[in-house]
Amino acid sequence: MSQFESELKKGNFFVGECTKCKRTNWPPSDSCNKCFGDLVWRKVREPGILIEYSSKDGKMFGIVEFEDQVKVMGSLSNSRHLEPGQKIRIRGCGFDDAPRFQFEAE
Amino acid sequence: MKKIAVVGQCTTKFSLDDVRIEDLLRSASTDVINKSKNMSQNDIDVVLVSTNENKKYLASVVSEMTGINPRISHSVESLCNSGTNTIVSAYSYIQSGLADIALVVGAERFDSPGQVLEWDLTRGEFKHPIFWASMFAKSHKRNFGTSDEHLAYVSAKNHKHAKDNPNAYSAKQYSVEDVINSKKLTDDLRLLDCSRSCTGSSAIILASEDKAKKITDSPVWITGIGQKTTSASFTKNNLLTLESTVQAASQAYEMSGVKAPMVDVAEIHDAFSVCELMVLEDLGFVKKGQAGDYVIDHYNTNNRKINPRGGLIGSGHPLGATGIAQVSEIVSQLQGNAGKRQIDSPKVGLVHNMSAAATSSTVLVMQN
Repeated sequence: MSQFESELKKGNFFVGECTKCKRTNWPPSDSCNKCFGDLVWRKVREPGILIEYSSKDGKMFGIVEFEDQVKVMGSLSNSRHLEPGQKIRIRGCGFDDAPRFQFEAE
Repeated sequence: MKKIAVVGQCTTKFSLDDVRIEDLLRSASTDVINKSKNMSQNDIDVVLVSTNENKKYLASVVSEMTGINPRISHSVESLCNSGTNTIVSAYSYIQSGLADIALVVGAERFDSPGQVLEWDLTRGEFKHPIFWASMFAKSHKRNFGTSDEHLAYVSAKNHKHAKDNPNAYSAKQYSVEDVINSKKLTDDLRLLDCSRSCTGSSAIILASEDKAKKITDSPVWITGIGQKTTSASFTKNNLLTLESTVQAASQAYEMSGVKAPMVDVAEIHDAFSVCELMVLEDLGFVKKGQAGDYVIDHYNTNNRKINPRGGLIGSGHPLGATGIAQVSEIVSQLQGNAGKRQIDSPKVGLVHNMSAAATSSTVLVMQN
């Protein structure tokens, strides 16, 4: 299990930051995809921004972007009046067979 | 650059049948070889297989089953655009001088493992393609005023075209109302907005100019090739532009000298109805936001220029066979052999095939 996945399992949405070029590395991997430098893992910075959303069987899902580059799909709660551009917080996350993210509007 | 042509093509009947991948590959291969005059198995230098099936050395298996002893044989996998990737690989072998004649065969089963991606962590738990397609659909609606009706016309049109395609998995026609009233899978897409994974195979023979002219009187030349991979993760996409398609099209147009308005007939990758709209825009056939009205006009005027065989929505989508079946249709159109689907005297054809939520695209320009 990768660092990204094991942190998710503990309820932490972590991203890797390159020790060499200082870029945030996304999608997650074990080395920087620009300069191949080592990564240090830290919590993603909130709030995120809602990029787009839809719903299935009354449950909302969408894409949220953090730090201008970390885009991820998750479920959206507390979300009666969603609009792209809205500020979004992480309500919870986890990992079983896939990453799971629960977001809510600020 | 050497001239390289498609000199033979065939596509099997698409279905939901439980058939071994080896038999699907053999069936399309024997059909295309039988149909190709002035050529035998001994002339084939390269056998390439396109599939997402998790099986080993299928190109060698197909070669053995069809009596071919090729110099080069292997599989190519790139999800839904495995087919055109395989064609480009075969083209490159011929272009390099390593080979003169290549058999390219693709096949997939209805239960293909290529339908769900395990790698893309940015999709979270939303692994099924319906979720990324819904993001594209919602964004197109929000920014361009695209309606559910616009999307429904794509499906109605492509099912109408597929009715004249004997290899489509279903001949059933659907009205715009049928599409709109079909099961709502998400707020933004319905069941009939989706292509269906199915069982099927398709094969072509590629040949260098000298060989092509000996094999057929009606070679169809591949004059433009463009390919681009922007990432492996859906959320890297801009939701309003399929960047891999834009770049692949630009390369193919530049290589061929063809511009979008010169294209007479095209098979494009309508995995979902919204994909057809976005691809039409990103290939430069229409301006941004105008594809919905363009499709309605084609539906109302029985214009078969786009997806004459029914596209993926109308014909079915056997992943590894799709790109080859698209090329097979364009070859038939440019040879004037497309039967009821034939459009009037086309000179320039285009194939657009993509994969992994549009993060990879291939565009081929073909001319007779």
